[in-house]
Parts: sequence; structure tokens; C-alpha cells
Amino acid sequence: MPPLILCEDIWKIYRLGDVEVQALRGVNLAIQQGEFVAIMGSSGSGKSTLMNILGCLDQPTKGQYRLNDMEVGHLRPDQLAEIRNRQIGFVFQSFNLIPRTSALENAQLPLFYRGLSLKEQRALASAALQRVGLSGREHHSPTQLSGGQQQRVAIARALVTSPSLLLADEPTGNLDTQSSQEIMGILEGLNRDGMTVILVTHEVDIAAYASREIVIKDGRILSDRTTKGRSQAVGV
Amino acid sequence: MLGIIIGVGAVIAMVSIGEGAKQAVQRQIATMGTNVIMIWPSYITIGGVRGAQGGAVTLTVTDALELKKRIPILSETGWLIRSTLQIVNGNRNWNGPVHGVSPSYLTIRDWSFSSGGSFTQTDMDSAARVALLGQTVVENIFEPGEEPVGAIIRIKNVPFRVIGVLSPKGQSVQGSDQDDIVFIPFTTAERKVFGTLFLGSVGGVFASTERTEDLTEAVEQIRQVMRSRHRLQSEQPDDFTIRTQVEIGKVQEGTSQTLTVMLMIIASVSLLVGGIGIMNILLVSVTERTREIGVRMAVGAKRLHILLQFLIEAMTLSVIGGCIGILFGIFAARLTTVIAGWPTIISSDTVVVAFVFSVVVGLFFGLYPANKASRLNPIEALRYE
Repeated sequence: MPPLILCEDIWKIYRLGDVEVQALRGVNLAIQQGEFVAIMGSSGSGKSTLMNILGCLDQPTKGQYRLNDMEVGHLRPDQLAEIRNRQIGFVFQSFNLIPRTSALENAQLPLFYRGLSLKEQRALASAALQRVGLSGREHHSPTQLSGGQQQRVAIARALVTSPSLLLADEPTGNLDTQSSQEIMGILEGLNRDGMTVILVTHEVDIAAYASREIVIKDGRILSDRTTKGRSQAVGV
Repeated sequence: MLGIIIGVGAVIAMVSIGEGAKQAVQRQIATMGTNVIMIWPSYITIGGVRGAQGGAVTLTVTDALELKKRIPILSETGWLIRSTLQIVNGNRNWNGPVHGVSPSYLTIRDWSFSSGGSFTQTDMDSAARVALLGQTVVENIFEPGEEPVGAIIRIKNVPFRVIGVLSPKGQSVQGSDQDDIVFIPFTTAERKVFGTLFLGSVGGVFASTERTEDLTEAVEQIRQVMRSRHRLQSEQPDDFTIRTQVEIGKVQEGTSQTLTVMLMIIASVSLLVGGIGIMNILLVSVTERTREIGVRMAVGAKRLHILLQFLIEAMTLSVIGGCIGILFGIFAARLTTVIAGWPTIISSDTVVVAFVFSVVVGLFFGLYPANKASRLNPIEALRYE
């Protein structure tokens, strides 16, 4: 079976006036379905750029990116939007929920752009909220939810279209230790159920939840190794 | 949104008032009769000195009869002679206009009767002392409930029998009360009441045509016949003046057109202001929701989705503003009728047009911000503080 993600010689080059910034320099990567990968690196290492490309929010300047055995590196913006909608779920550091909107409506959002009926949208969103343990709080707005709860809504939103891939960018960055553990627990659970999870973080403790650790530095992959997962991680 | 409310409201109110006024004036013009041509003796300039109106004998009954004979497109001609006299009934009196007229005059002017009837050719031939009274005169010399028809009144101390009461006509275009009138046969006026010096001279000749299209042609022919009858040389000016309802109508139209243009300008400016207001509201909204737009794009919203989302928001604003404006305008128009007494007519056409305009304004002015939103880069949008 082909890998879920296959990156061949990915380059991302920005031109700012005369200066050329090489954010990614020849990244090669293969991720199978069902893996739990942590991408680590300091600021400016290129990890965010890589994540944006993997998430189809951005396109490589050079190189091939195959997602689900389909070349997606050079598609049009509208086509990328569709792929994001169907195959990718995002979880952000600052939750990015829509204010003054209920948890249910937030979780529903991707389904709206699929053209499903309101009834179907609500049903699927409800199920997703249940999966992350928020059944009783469907009608709460973000201000009525704690940080951890908000991130759970975000995860529910990411799940609601049954994507092949979950991308989490510093998902615990704005959470306290306990909520962080809860959230990472949920991601672990989802991975056990078969979801491919890619985690971008600079925190070692969080990266330890994954079973594979890729370190990026100066736009190149420095190391790529399997780890033993949470049970062996430090400080948990 | 306030701009749209005011713009739409003002347009509705003003158009209603304008329509009301226009219709009121048209009704007034119609009270003059249908396809009416009026011929007055003009001011005479003798050696540079202007004579007083009516100071010269320039129009006669024969003129009127000849016009009818020689111009077939005229359906009728009539004539009148005017004075203001004392009208007495018992111990009540009134000083009002008394016109000696041919029966044809009443036909041309579309006078109808609320009781009794007109005088006949026989009355004319015998110079009978019969009179027709207008409503205002009746109100002033008869008690309510008293039947004027059959009563004997005195005009300039000459006894007359009332044979008809005229239906009301209201104000004339010039602003005088048309119901303040007494009609007596022309011949009676000439010989028995007015003390006219020159028998056969008239104060005015009236004519009408069957069809409105004939009016211009009729006026030309009248001018030719009159000039030839009065033996005017080609370099001499007319010694009469010809006027038609159509001219008066045209003046009215001219005024109302100016009003309409003014209205259009005010409306356009208000709608422009309103539209710019909406555009600004939306631009602010887009900026404040940049993050949200980024999220929507991240979960799969395409450019068109975002464009439509904000466009619909813009149109909702403008439509709501338009509806409030329409209600506000209708209220203002009705208020004007109550306070100032001016008639107002609210046509559904105007309302529909105003509504459509508010939709279009929303669409047009919302397009720029909506487009801006749709062109945001999702990555940058997500990072926006």
C-alpha cells in the first residue's frame, strides 16, 4: 500500500526583493497510514512551512507531494480547498474557533462547505463532540468553554469529515499541564483507532507521545527515528 | 446603513408627494374641460402705449361662429362676457363673478349639474332671465337644505330664476375658486344686465376639438382665420391670445421634471453615501474576522464561498436598510398629508424600484470588501493578530 504522505525533494523558496529565503531545502519524507509522527524544530527551522505544505495550505516551489497517492503539490487553490475539506483535519495552537458561535456550529463548519443538509451536519458534529467527550456542551459558545474544552471542539471539527490525516500545530501551546495531557490523550486515542496524526511541536514532552520523531533544522531533516511512545516518555 | 434608510425613505416620501401634487394639478387642469382652446383679446399696443386688457373690441360672437364654420376639426365653439356683480337672495347677498355665456361654453368646459339643468338656445334667443349657480354662491345665499332651483334671485337688481346648480369643480390652476360663479345666457347679460356698449363683443372665445392630436393644428387654423377676419397685415402681431390646456400641462410637466431631477440627485447621493457606509462596515468586518476567514479556508471554504458569504452580508444590510427606508418614507408621506394637507400617492412601482435599488447598492458596494476577503492568503490570515 502506498504511503499516505510521500514528499520527494520538497523545496520552498521565498523571494523578498533581492533576497532569497530557502525555508525548505530538499525534504524527503514518507508517512504511512496510522502513524503518529512528531515534527520538531526551533523557530525558523521550517517546521511550520513543512506543515503548511503537508496540510495543503501552501505549495512547494519545487518537488513532489503525493497525498493518498495523488499529486497535490501543484493544484489550484480551489482544488486544494477541497482536499483540505475532505482529507485533512487541522488543530491549531490558538484553537481558532469562530466566536459567538456554539460548539456544535463550530464543529459543523467543514460540513457546511461540503453541502450537507443541516440535519446531517448536526448529527455528524454531535457525534464528533461526543467522541472528544463534550456531549453536554454543544450549545456553549467559546467564551463559555475552558481552553481544554475549546481545543476539544477544534479536534471535533477536525474529525467531522472523517479525514485521512490530522495535523496538529502546537496543540497544547496555550493549555495548562492537565489540559495538555487530556488533549494529547485524545489524540493518542484517535491514533489508536487508526487516525494518522502529525504533530508539530518544540516541546519534548509533547513530542514523546508520538511513535516517530522527525527533527528539522535549517530547512532540512536532521533526524527521523522511531520512538517508543508515551509510556517511555520523560516526565509524564 | 443610515444612509440607505434616509436615501430610500426620502425618495419614497418625495415621489409620493410629487405624484400627489402632479395628480392634483392634473385634476385641476381637467376641470377646465377636454381639449380646450381659449382665445382672449390681447393687450393692444397703439403707438407704444399698452391699452388695458379688454380695452379694445377685438373678439366678437361672429368670430366664434365663423371659427366653428370654417374649422371642421373644432367640435364646438362658445363665448363669454364677464363681470362681477351683486347677487341677492332675500336678505342674503354675495358679490361674485357673473358670466354671460353661450350654452356651448358650458359643454366645452365640461360643466355638469347637481340639480336642475342648463339653459337652451331658446333661452339665448329670448334673452331669458335664467341663471345657473355654482356651489360657493349657493352656500352663501341659500340656507342649507333650501332648494335653489326654482328660486328667484336678483342679479344687479334684475330678477332671475335659478334653473340649475352646478357640480363642484374646486380650485382652478390659477388658484381661484371655480365654484364661485353664476352663469346667465350671453344675450341676457349683453342686453339686460351688463350694459354693454358694443353688442356682439365678447370677453373670450372658447373652442374644443374632438381629438387631442388635433389641438396644434386647430390652434394654427384659428390663428389664420382670426388674422384674416381682423384684417391683420403679416407684420402686425396677433390682436388676440390663444392658450390651450396642453400648454398649462407642459408648464406643469416642466416643473415636475425639474423636481424629479432634483429628487434623482438627492437619491443618488444618499444611496452613494449609504453604499459607501456599507462598504466601510464590511471592510472593518473583514479585517476583524481575518482569522475566521483563515479558519474557514483551512477547513475547505473556496474563494467563492467566502465571496458569497460577505456579499450576502452586504446585501442583507442594504435590504434591511431599504425596507426600513420604505416604511420610513411611507410614514413621512402620510405624515405630510396629515400635517400639510398635501395629497400623497404611494405607488407600488416606486416601492419596488426603491427595493431593487437597495439590493443593487448592497451588491455593488459589498463586492470590493467581499472580494478582498476571498483573496486572503489562508496562512497569513491564520497568523493575523
